[in-house]
Amino acid sequence: MMTVTTHRTATQPAVADAPTLKKIVILGATSGIALEVQRQLALRGCELLLVARSPQRLAEIQGDLETRGAPQVFTYSADLASIQQHAAIFEFARRTLPDFDTVLLAYGSMQSQKEAENSVDVLLDELLVNFTSATAILTLFAADLERRRTGCVAAITSVAGDRGRRSNYVYGSAKGALSLFLQGLRSRLHPAGVRVITIKPGPVQTSMTDHLPNSARFADPEQVARDIVRALERRSPDVLYTPRIWRYVMTAVRQIPESVFKRLTF
Amino acid sequence: MSAQSAATSRKQLGAPQTAQQILSWGRYPKVAHAHVYKPAWNDQVPAILRDVAPGSLLPFGLGRSYGDSCLNAGRHLIDCRRLNRILGFDEATGMVRCESGVSLSDIIDVFLPKGWFLPVTPGTRFVTVGGAIANDVHGKNHHCAGTFGSHVRQIGLHRSNDGLVNCNANMNGNMLHATIGGLGLTGVIAWADIQLKRVAGPWMDTESVPFQSLEHFLELSSESNERFEYTVAWLDCFAGKNPRGILFRGNHTADHGKNFLSKRGPKLPFALPAWMLNRYSVKAFNSAYYKIHAARKSASVVAYDSFFYPLDSIRQWNLLYGRQGFLQYQCVIPETNVSAVKELLDRIARSGMGSFLGVLKQFGSAPSAGMLSFPRPGLTIALDFAMRGERTLELMQSLDEIVLQSGGALYPAKDARMSPALFESSFPRWREFAPYIDPKMSSSFWRRVTGAQ
Repeated sequence: MMTVTTHRTATQPAVADAPTLKKIVILGATSGIALEVQRQLALRGCELLLVARSPQRLAEIQGDLETRGAPQVFTYSADLASIQQHAAIFEFARRTLPDFDTVLLAYGSMQSQKEAENSVDVLLDELLVNFTSATAILTLFAADLERRRTGCVAAITSVAGDRGRRSNYVYGSAKGALSLFLQGLRSRLHPAGVRVITIKPGPVQTSMTDHLPNSARFADPEQVARDIVRALERRSPDVLYTPRIWRYVMTAVRQIPESVFKRLTF
Repeated sequence: MSAQSAATSRKQLGAPQTAQQILSWGRYPKVAHAHVYKPAWNDQVPAILRDVAPGSLLPFGLGRSYGDSCLNAGRHLIDCRRLNRILGFDEATGMVRCESGVSLSDIIDVFLPKGWFLPVTPGTRFVTVGGAIANDVHGKNHHCAGTFGSHVRQIGLHRSNDGLVNCNANMNGNMLHATIGGLGLTGVIAWADIQLKRVAGPWMDTESVPFQSLEHFLELSSESNERFEYTVAWLDCFAGKNPRGILFRGNHTADHGKNFLSKRGPKLPFALPAWMLNRYSVKAFNSAYYKIHAARKSASVVAYDSFFYPLDSIRQWNLLYGRQGFLQYQCVIPETNVSAVKELLDRIARSGMGSFLGVLKQFGSAPSAGMLSFPRPGLTIALDFAMRGERTLELMQSLDEIVLQSGGALYPAKDARMSPALFESSFPRWREFAPYIDPKMSSSFWRRVTGAQ
């Protein structure tokens, strides 16, 4: 048998092994989906660094995750929507969990679409939380992983970002822009062997969506979290739709011609 | 900015705009609720308690109460299932502190691998800690361990008028005893300290012994209660005055080592057509069940879940009874009154309306921890009845007479129809309990049995 040698060029990933999932930074640790993801990571024995606003809520989750099997849980209380605080958040992560292998961005905001239409303040606030601040903090973490040529950047966007809808286009456009940002980031980090995962959940039963009609029929956050954790552990996919049906639904929705789509009221 | 954050916080409190139908386990009665609040954090509860009208709210967990004690028709529920964090655990003593929406299933999954088990468990693991306290549930070890509430050392209770109140033996002791068995009416439990117990492993050393009469059962049960931590009997309710049945008894054991994987069972996808369960099919099932167990080797080592939770292996088994749902009848009758038990079983057998889930258990003498706790010395019988309208309700009323005359009691967690008079005689302490009710709380059950508004 001949030995096949591979030549690593600048465009090939540096790391070919299964991804390591050991030390994870979670931005927006008190969000409904993050809560479930963290539990499943704790069961796998992952070390976690959780960032969220409320120190009290962080302390509650910390106790829970450590009891459930996380060897170590660090917490940092900060407002991720405030970009001035990002440098301190990143410094803390680099100090306490210097060899983190994954960063998961899980925070978001869904205010009333009607309010966003009538108030530029609300509109800009939605864009700041869901897009601007997200790109800012991810840029800091991505540079560190790129330098170390390892790891994974994952962010929760939304199926709402795949098409601008009448009922939800402010939230949708911010999430859609974040998806585009991640697409570019993926390409940039590919040569360094750093994965970028775009997570697009359909509607999920969490505090963020309780006020929406039919919320009782939304997806179970535990199932969504299972899909996310599986995607973090594997080498694919780049874009995760969860529950899986949304990949097919959105493929169909994207095909609808604009002349028809603009008449749809949903 | 403040208007905006108020809007956000209202959204986070999760008040849906549409009326919601929430069913209890028996799927009867079918009522609608105005709002279902779904707090994800304990710090959101005070605002909900502040905002609602007096007498309009009731905590809700996994909805395993059978009747209307977990319902609040036309008013609000506060769904506590997202308050599901384990806040701390002392490895040395086995004391766990958890929020009220943590399920017993979750506690088993986390702590059984560490060698700890629930001090008391009901026949399903899918109840919340809050629900287990509010109904002061009992289990197969009642003769040794008493009720669930007697292992609750301390609780934090959200009260609408005085904030988060710590209740333990030394502080607000009466509020603790009112909350245990208090049907969720005293406030929203924020967290509870529960004393777990050390067990040898996830396996049970079990025996099953057939019996052919009530006297035989009593003799067997008394003898078994001395040697076994857990005893319970399945009863063929078609057999009448001299009921046949199988007594199951068991102890924890380490025999099979410590490795264990729980299986996930099948699920009943929809309500079965009502005609499938009739007196012939159920009678045939009961007869076969008895014969199989009576013939089987009587001693075996089994996994803890098949011993404690045989029904949990079929998810949504309550759909078995069809769209109209079912009622469960669980009473306790003082042991001195064996003839009343016989009369009760005779009426059920003659009605031909009984089902396959007949359960018989001899309660121990330990006093229950709550003012409204159901368990008391005597024999408890639990039976399902498919809801078939008036004739089902009439049969249950005729059973009520026997319970009332014998000085027994009915279990609120299983009830959707007992009369105020039977409630009064079952729970003579209810007037002592009433002052501890939170002014913002009420329930369908409470209004029905006490005439409260």
